[in-house]
Amino acid sequence: MDPERNVVEVTLESDLKNVEVAEEISLRMASTAGFAEEDQHRIEMAVHESMINAIWHGNKNDSSKSVWLRFQILRDRLEIRIRDQGNGFDLKHIPDPLADENLLNVSGRGIFLIRSFMDEFRVEQIAGAGTEVTMVKRLSPGIQPIQGGTDREHESHNTTG
Amino acid sequence: MSMKATIRQVDSVTVVDVSGRITLGEGCTQLRELIRDQLSKGNKNILLNLADVTYIDSSGIGELVSGFTGVSRQGGSLKLLNLTKKVHDLLQITKLYTVFDIHDDEARAISSFQKAPTA
Repeated sequence: MDPERNVVEVTLESDLKNVEVAEEISLRMASTAGFAEEDQHRIEMAVHESMINAIWHGNKNDSSKSVWLRFQILRDRLEIRIRDQGNGFDLKHIPDPLADENLLNVSGRGIFLIRSFMDEFRVEQIAGAGTEVTMVKRLSPGIQPIQGGTDREHESHNTTG
Repeated sequence: MSMKATIRQVDSVTVVDVSGRITLGEGCTQLRELIRDQLSKGNKNILLNLADVTYIDSSGIGELVSGFTGVSRQGGSLKLLNLTKKVHDLLQITKLYTVFDIHDDEARAISSFQKAPTA
């Protein structure tokens, strides 16, 4: 991580083996941001589910494609963006997994868990680039990031294959 | 760490001690095949001991649901034992805590199968 900017950017091959890589980064960033262990795990799970969506549903398990991730620690929150090269999805068309008729469905809980664990969740189509989800977890008032967050927008490039 | 499972028979109950990760891919596939294998052997009373499960994702939860409905369809019961806090919280958030028969004492869990009618 660039200590001045509190940003980590990484591009990973679209392969399920990289889900754990993304989890490890998310845990480190959540810890650095000052989140307690329980929230660190929630953030890790949200990143896990988003990576699965990106690799499995977005990129159709095509390992020639990639997933781009950006973590940024800000003064009062951790912001995570994950972009795949797929055509995206409409949140309105995702069934409610808590509805009685869906309770015993085998799938369909990933987005629900992300929404449960994070404070904000948005999905956006990026013209010519794919689908990007943005997830935000706010720090409790009084908690300061260990390395000092910033509200300024910065970019860093730390790309691995 | 991927998923590992040890199977032991206690009375009429197949106890599966699961450890590691139940996540999309290897972990879910292993669990699915394990339950299918037990059903094919006629073992319809299955107790999943999740004490050493370190991580479960939405696919893993789906696999538990699939196991539960699959075993029930065959006239058996699939129950859960020793949930970690993480798994407990996930089952509560997803409203599945009331669907599964969940125990924290193995002996009581075993005896609960004898009380339940099985085909």
